[in-house]
Amino acid sequence: MVEFWRWKEYRWTAPDADWKNAGIISCGIDVGSVSSQAVIMTDGNLYAYSNMRTGSNSPDSARRALDWALEGTGLKQENMHFIVGTGYGRINIPFANKAITEIACHARGANFMYGPTVRTVLDMGGQDCKAIRCDEKGKVTAFLMNDKCAAGTGRGMEVFADLLQVHIEEVGDLSFKVDKEPPPVSSTCVVFAKSEASALLRKGVPKNEVLAAYCSAMAHRIFSLLERLGVEKDFGITGGISKNRGVVDRLTKELGITSLTPRYDPQVAGGVGAALFAKSLVEKQRAGQVAR
Amino acid sequence: MKANYGYKDGSGEFFITIDTDKCNSCGDCAKVCPPKVIVMITNDYDEVVPAVAEEHRKKIKYDCAPCKPVSGPRNLPCVAACKPVAIVHSW
Ligand code: SF4
Ligand code: SF4
Repeated sequence: MVEFWRWKEYRWTAPDADWKNAGIISCGIDVGSVSSQAVIMTDGNLYAYSNMRTGSNSPDSARRALDWALEGTGLKQENMHFIVGTGYGRINIPFANKAITEIACHARGANFMYGPTVRTVLDMGGQDCKAIRCDEKGKVTAFLMNDKCAAGTGRGMEVFADLLQVHIEEVGDLSFKVDKEPPPVSSTCVVFAKSEASALLRKGVPKNEVLAAYCSAMAHRIFSLLERLGVEKDFGITGGISKNRGVVDRLTKELGITSLTPRYDPQVAGGVGAALFAKSLVEKQRAGQVAR
Repeated sequence: MKANYGYKDGSGEFFITIDTDKCNSCGDCAKVCPPKVIVMITNDYDEVVPAVAEEHRKKIKYDCAPCKPVSGPRNLPCVAACKPVAIVHSW
């Protein structure tokens, strides 16, 4: 059976970097409800990361993500000076030295990926969606979480891809291959949207149009979340859905502003933020030791 | 930091906003909240501030209902207790 929802897992190592010269090797692990990332930074520069599906429990998912990020680098877990856990499963990572919320980590990670001009960050994760405002240092100044349901999230998109039998990575592009933009489905609740979509398909509405209707419903829901918090430029999007232009392009159109282009994969922003917090904590520790 | 907890659904917007820059960490709001919707936490920037407890976030409309009778005077102990006016309810 084809698993339409399944996206590709991957890992990355900086091409010309050597960790042996690094003063601080810090690590951030973001265990989300759908995906987990491990990020390793050397002196605050991105060195290696992995992105994989979260398994049935947080400790294992964290372990597997870290092992994969370390793979081929010659680094071992013992070489990490500090590990910060974040995300939904952050309190369940036994080998992390500290847990920090994903809100703080995404803001800090966005500051790294998009630069210090970013003031509004939208994190579209697996199970919830967060609108964050931050200052030039990536410190959170305001946030709003959509705590209610899986609408506008990676999980919702997976369910939908499966229903329509479209590979999840293709949803965005296909949703623009329509003669005219259809009205959004009235519900973004995964359960209702699913039955609404089935009804549209039965009526003979083309698949791409149903995709478009769902993407635009998701975009609109996220828009209203952002509107409540207030959007200040510059704007950056993190998390898995940031790669789905079916949602992103419709959202930025409604907002009337474009989003910045990230320097790195925006799905690892939470992990990057966690690794940067880890680096600061090492610096603090070392400064404390010198003072004493 | 303005921390917004809550949600928006078909029946309206239900958010509790806590302005941690105004908060003096006295803890009174948490003390007077009968169902413990509000609890004190240490946030990511090491500030001791109130937050809406995880288990209440998806249902504050119902959990705060006893403080907000449909008829008769509203009595929000959390808001009344906070001298620096750091807590605002959207509904
Ligand atoms: S309105 Fe009542 S229940 Fe709600 S947070 Fe305030 S004191 Fe607690
Ligand atoms: S009562 Fe006001 S000042 Fe005191 S902890 Fe609560 S929010 Fe802060």
